[in-house]
Amino acid sequence: MNQAAIKLSKTERRLLNDFQRDLPLDPRPFNHIAEQLGVTESEVIEMLRRLKAGGLVTRVGPVFTANRVGVSTLAAAAVEPSEIVEIAGMINRYPEVNHNYEREHKFNLWFVVTASTSVQLRHVIEDIELKTGLEVLVLPMLRDYYIDLGFPIEWIDQVEH
Amino acid sequence: MISDFQLSGLTRLNTEKLSSQQLQTLLIGEIEAGLPLVPKPYAEIADRLGATESQVIDALEELKADGCIKRFGIIVRHRELGYLANAMVVWDVPDQSVNETGELFGHAPFVTLCYRRPRRLPKWPYNLFTMIHGVDRNHVMKQVDRLRELVPDSELPSEILFSGRRFKQRGARYSSTFLNSETPETRISSEIKPDLFT
Repeated sequence: MNQAAIKLSKTERRLLNDFQRDLPLDPRPFNHIAEQLGVTESEVIEMLRRLKAGGLVTRVGPVFTANRVGVSTLAAAAVEPSEIVEIAGMINRYPEVNHNYEREHKFNLWFVVTASTSVQLRHVIEDIELKTGLEVLVLPMLRDYYIDLGFPIEWIDQVEH
Repeated sequence: MISDFQLSGLTRLNTEKLSSQQLQTLLIGEIEAGLPLVPKPYAEIADRLGATESQVIDALEELKADGCIKRFGIIVRHRELGYLANAMVVWDVPDQSVNETGELFGHAPFVTLCYRRPRRLPKWPYNLFTMIHGVDRNHVMKQVDRLRELVPDSELPSEILFSGRRFKQRGARYSSTFLNSETPETRISSEIKPDLFT
């Protein structure tokens, strides 16, 4: 269990939980946060710098909408567990593959292929099938139901088990 | 990670010749790694680009309005906050109710992705994919139970695919996408979205 989360102050927790979206496009956005938290602007900036240095915050900024250009798909293959490292390495060599994960299932290798056209995408997948001798499940997104409102944090010392 | 475009951004630009499209493109390169943590971050970015603070703010408003930026704020790392388990949970939902179920699941606070995908019968019967983060496996499984309570059919077939080793995860390189649409390998896909946080 990560100890860092437990050591956060109440203000830091509010900062992390309440300002994941709609940072004001106002010349002094951190001052706006400071007013909400009842602290000074420089304290907010200091907290953010510390949280970033400590790895709890990646950045203060945008999450971009993916796939505005090009086409991509999730793909999966059922690989012999003893061969998974080797097969994953073969798949990683394709520059069109930008994620490649092991998951606990018969279909245990999951990767994302991105290309500029659907024809190119199909060629990459066919080539992977040819080289690995595996059948690849092609699972493109048909519809996105997710609304990104940030991630409400249930602080780990408050989670019941 | 410095793209060609970020290097070119180091050259100060003539503001008068900068179209709003160009500014947006440059701005994406400047902000993808986050705002500078200073009292007037937009002014500092404007300074780097040779634009004005209000031009930067307007361009960001446009990027948000047209959906290019889907969220703008503090991006937290789940793993560092103690959310050590993540699972792809897949569901076999009848086609006539998949949209309704997708909307319900997609709004659940602990779900960080919710997509409809095709079935590949007979090997793959699942058509709804959700990504769930939890402190540990039990926590993830409790979240799955909470999703199940949202739908009338409590027997909805599903499987939980916990994540194992990460063999590849390329970081976001949006700016080069906008600059050079001929290089697909520089595009980002957030199909496995939580990884954007790591």
